[in-house]
Amino acid sequence: MSDPLIRIEDASPMGMVTLRAELNDGKAASALAFSGLEIPAPHQVTGTPEKGVLWMSPDELMIMTLPDASDAMVATLNEAFEGTHSLAVNVSDARSAFRLKGRDALVREVLAKLTPADMRPASLPVGRLRRTRLAQVPAAFWFTGDGEAMLICFRSVGGYVFDLLSKVAEEGTEVGYF
Amino acid sequence: MLILTCPYCGVACDETELHPGGEAHLKRFGPDASDEDFEGYLFQRKNPRGVHFERWRHAYGCGKWFHAARHTVTLEVFGTYPAQVFEPPEKIRAAILAKLPDWETGA
Repeated sequence: MSDPLIRIEDASPMGMVTLRAELNDGKAASALAFSGLEIPAPHQVTGTPEKGVLWMSPDELMIMTLPDASDAMVATLNEAFEGTHSLAVNVSDARSAFRLKGRDALVREVLAKLTPADMRPASLPVGRLRRTRLAQVPAAFWFTGDGEAMLICFRSVGGYVFDLLSKVAEEGTEVGYF
Repeated sequence: MLILTCPYCGVACDETELHPGGEAHLKRFGPDASDEDFEGYLFQRKNPRGVHFERWRHAYGCGKWFHAARHTVTLEVFGTYPAQVFEPPEKIRAAILAKLPDWETGA
């Protein structure tokens, strides 16, 4: 029985709604506040993977919900943004999610083997999101606590990402950088 | 290895997170333009040993196109700036001139 460096869990299904809109005019803030959510500052994460918001780009948020609540979230957002240039789409079925658990240094090391992103705790503290490249595909990840990270990617490459993570987390492959 | 800071989201991107878009500030001539103008727009590109203005897309991040000024020999990056401009902003020009006082000629 091998003993991998960290534990990699499939966190699907996760409710995810992507929102593209003008985020700074107050409308988005009040629309999300209605659902008990808060717009994060750039690169930050608010809430939890069951009910939270990821800052994806200056005009894009990813709203995380419980798996069966994403359609209702889309309806709420469409109502709130009616008449403005905006887009809210339920992308739950188009994304895979993984939960990484283990010693903080090892979780960072496993990710650092696959991504060019700066994984030092000072650069990627708990609650900061990084959208980047994981080997050959796009992914986004953030730390929810010490030694606990969430990772999302496109569902079409979910199997590839799981295999990648499993490979670089194999027993005996620690580098000890962090 | 090139590291460019995306002017939209502020992430210091590794070259492999970006998609190159070639020379920046190309001018496309409108209707009734000459064949030479169109050929120039399509095919004629600068290939300097020195300061070069380029387009890049933050493909593995926020997805936005931006511009970068860098030196093709030393790989020094003078700065990055949003794509909604027709020419390099004053701040970028100043940064280049601070390093290369006799630049400007090739620009």
